[in-house]
Amino acid sequence: MSNVETFVAVDPDAAPAPSRDGDAASSIASRSDRPDATPWAASGPTAEARLSSPARLSSLDTLESEAIHIIREVVAEFEKPALLFSGGKDSVVMLHLATKAFWPGKVPFPVLHVDTGHNFPEVIDFRDRTVERLGLKLVVGSVQEFIDSGELAERADGTRNPLQTVPLLDAIQRNKFDAVFGGGRRDEDKARAKERILSLRDEFGQWDPRNQRPELWNLYNGRHTVGQHVRAFPISNWTELDVWRYIERENIELPGLYYAHDREVFARDGMWRAVGEVSQPREHEEVITKTVRYRTVGDMSCTGAVESAAATVRDVVIEVAASTITERGATRADDRISEAAMEDRKKDGYF
Amino acid sequence: MSTETFLPGPDLVAAALPTTLFRFATAGSVDDGKSTLVGRLLHDSKAILADQLDAVARTSADRGFGGEGATGTKAIDLALLTDGLRAEREQGITIDVAYRYFATDRRSFILADCPGHVQYTKNTVTGASTADAVVVLIDARKGVLEQTRRHLSVLQLLRVAHVIVAVNKIDLVDFSEDVFRGIEADVQQVGRELGLGSDGVADLRVIPVSALDGDNVVDRSERTPWYDGPALLEVLETLPAADELESHLESFRFPVQLVIRPQGALAPDAIAGGLDPEAYRDYRAYAGQITEGSVKLGDQVSILTPGQAPRTTTITGIDFAGRELAEAAAPQSVSLRLADEFDVARGDTIAAAGTVRESSADLYAALCWLSPKPLREGSKVLVKHGTRTVQALVRNVTGRLDLASFGLEPTTTLELNDIGHAQLRLAAPLPLENYLHHRRTGAFLVIDPLDGNTLAAGLVNDHPGDHEDERYSI
Repeated sequence: MSNVETFVAVDPDAAPAPSRDGDAASSIASRSDRPDATPWAASGPTAEARLSSPARLSSLDTLESEAIHIIREVVAEFEKPALLFSGGKDSVVMLHLATKAFWPGKVPFPVLHVDTGHNFPEVIDFRDRTVERLGLKLVVGSVQEFIDSGELAERADGTRNPLQTVPLLDAIQRNKFDAVFGGGRRDEDKARAKERILSLRDEFGQWDPRNQRPELWNLYNGRHTVGQHVRAFPISNWTELDVWRYIERENIELPGLYYAHDREVFARDGMWRAVGEVSQPREHEEVITKTVRYRTVGDMSCTGAVESAAATVRDVVIEVAASTITERGATRADDRISEAAMEDRKKDGYF
Repeated sequence: MSTETFLPGPDLVAAALPTTLFRFATAGSVDDGKSTLVGRLLHDSKAILADQLDAVARTSADRGFGGEGATGTKAIDLALLTDGLRAEREQGITIDVAYRYFATDRRSFILADCPGHVQYTKNTVTGASTADAVVVLIDARKGVLEQTRRHLSVLQLLRVAHVIVAVNKIDLVDFSEDVFRGIEADVQQVGRELGLGSDGVADLRVIPVSALDGDNVVDRSERTPWYDGPALLEVLETLPAADELESHLESFRFPVQLVIRPQGALAPDAIAGGLDPEAYRDYRAYAGQITEGSVKLGDQVSILTPGQAPRTTTITGIDFAGRELAEAAAPQSVSLRLADEFDVARGDTIAAAGTVRESSADLYAALCWLSPKPLREGSKVLVKHGTRTVQALVRNVTGRLDLASFGLEPTTTLELNDIGHAQLRLAAPLPLENYLHHRRTGAFLVIDPLDGNTLAAGLVNDHPGDHEDERYSI
């Protein structure tokens, strides 16, 4: 069937419901021949409705409902939200949640990508296909343009992740975005563990960890003054394993490099780095072909691959569950710069 | 004592068994070992991964944390596992609630780790507002302190479903049953004074633990043979979540977040997937999260719009992203379709018919004051309740709670970390309900209209001399 399937929650936790996938579309098709009901009531079937016990929601269902509630709150209370979309798994999950939040309507905000110029080509390709498929507007902030114009300088280590902040803030200001969704999760880093779901940023995009609004019940306070904006993190409470289980359950497509593939790599800083235009081995660094996958997708010049044979989403779920090292510890050179690397970047306006 | 027998192997975790989500918070006084307890839970549930553990082991050694642990394992300072921001390390204090995540094969946990020393009321209120349970730590050598009474008082006020008192450092009183029973009796006494458990939902448990050695944290300890109750983690794994407890106790409440009315502008991928645009031309549904109770097709509901009499209609559809549900319960996010074409908008509430009392512009409430800017009588504030924000005037402050004696003392102002009672006049009536019976529709925020900051957590009280039952209408 159809891509209605991508919206249909395939829920392994619930009681078995045969041919669940078919129900939504077939009942939708039979709907228009019910002249007796009022138009708005007629827009969905009731007779065919399937009983599903709400008694015990799985943890994924609860996290999904929380995220959708937050996404809807931000859309309702802000003038001009946007979603930061990198093609990475967390932002792909965010976009999927947004499609569910507004179904059958379109996602009512644009996506924003801060392009480091060092992206994996297959991720850019995935980004463009996704935008096309969902009929979204894409706004791109370019690190390269800022380097070309002299407003940013290349770092000595070649890493461009920390350089994203300036084009990000520029894009937010130029487009007058007053809320920006991010896929940040509190389990990623100790600075993110103290982040709010709605995080107020000043004119410079700065995060002030000592001066955060208390966040109570499910009442989110998005009040801000001119020049300020809010970062919204609807999947704050998800772990890496939750994200992967959800990707599996919802059958969400990801860029191929999240799954095991053969790639030319070289060892640096205890990580496997891909060979690419912006990621060249030094003289003593031997290039070999390995079966690897990526746990995070970022700047090609600082994101490392892990050796893995996990070729399917199920394999990855098992691998993540058994993993003994954090995703950022394993694959992000920029987070190894210091103990407070993320904290410092966030204070400067990073996500 | 920390064994790993309860831990799921990778196979078990990956089997994606239906786990449920449980939120809990920790609260404690200074030096009662809260960080160690949190570290113990994270460590023993393998939520701490090798790279984090390496970093902690290095720091433990640097700071001279002593050689062999009590159980012969290499000692690390478990408290460092919850070490936070540089700003906090520099000052040697914890400044904010930190959220931690771990899972067993039965449950996924969200832990709000609330610091004890500074602004403990603010932090405890914040952490407890979303918690299914709160673990309060007591040092076995010190027993019930004034701060313990304050913590329990706040938890009673916020109507936390389950309160667990962990009597920590039981190893330092030689695992003495007498000491434990004495503290247990004191805790139960405070509980009785506060009325903890009196509304039939909240309950109070006392467990002897040693966070440092792991006694009764994950597994029952052989060193407390006189304690026949479950270990802390067992309790956390088996307690019902607040929504589970309440979804069949409380009546359906659904604040409308927004109206989904695509008017032909359907998602292209939905159309590509076979959705018939004609069939959805007049689609209109009300999106929101069920805050209380449950709803099923055919239910009679009332639409509550400020300034209007409630309108009654029938639920004809419960949609979730292309799935049609026959029923749904808190905390599900869904979209509802109604039999009648009423004008329904964000800020309205859909509620089970016949269970709603009249909206009111007079708000009597307990306020937990969370801002350094004090509350003054006569000031103008914003009140955010459900999906509606209205202006409000603070008419008077009627008292401040003495959290140690549980008495009310007269005052005309509230300052940071004070909890008091006040009367507010709202610019528009709201469907207010007593927080005691409605944890969601009885809660609101007080917001500063000038800078937008959150000033207070508000809990709706009944009008003085009022009996809620008599106010049910329709």
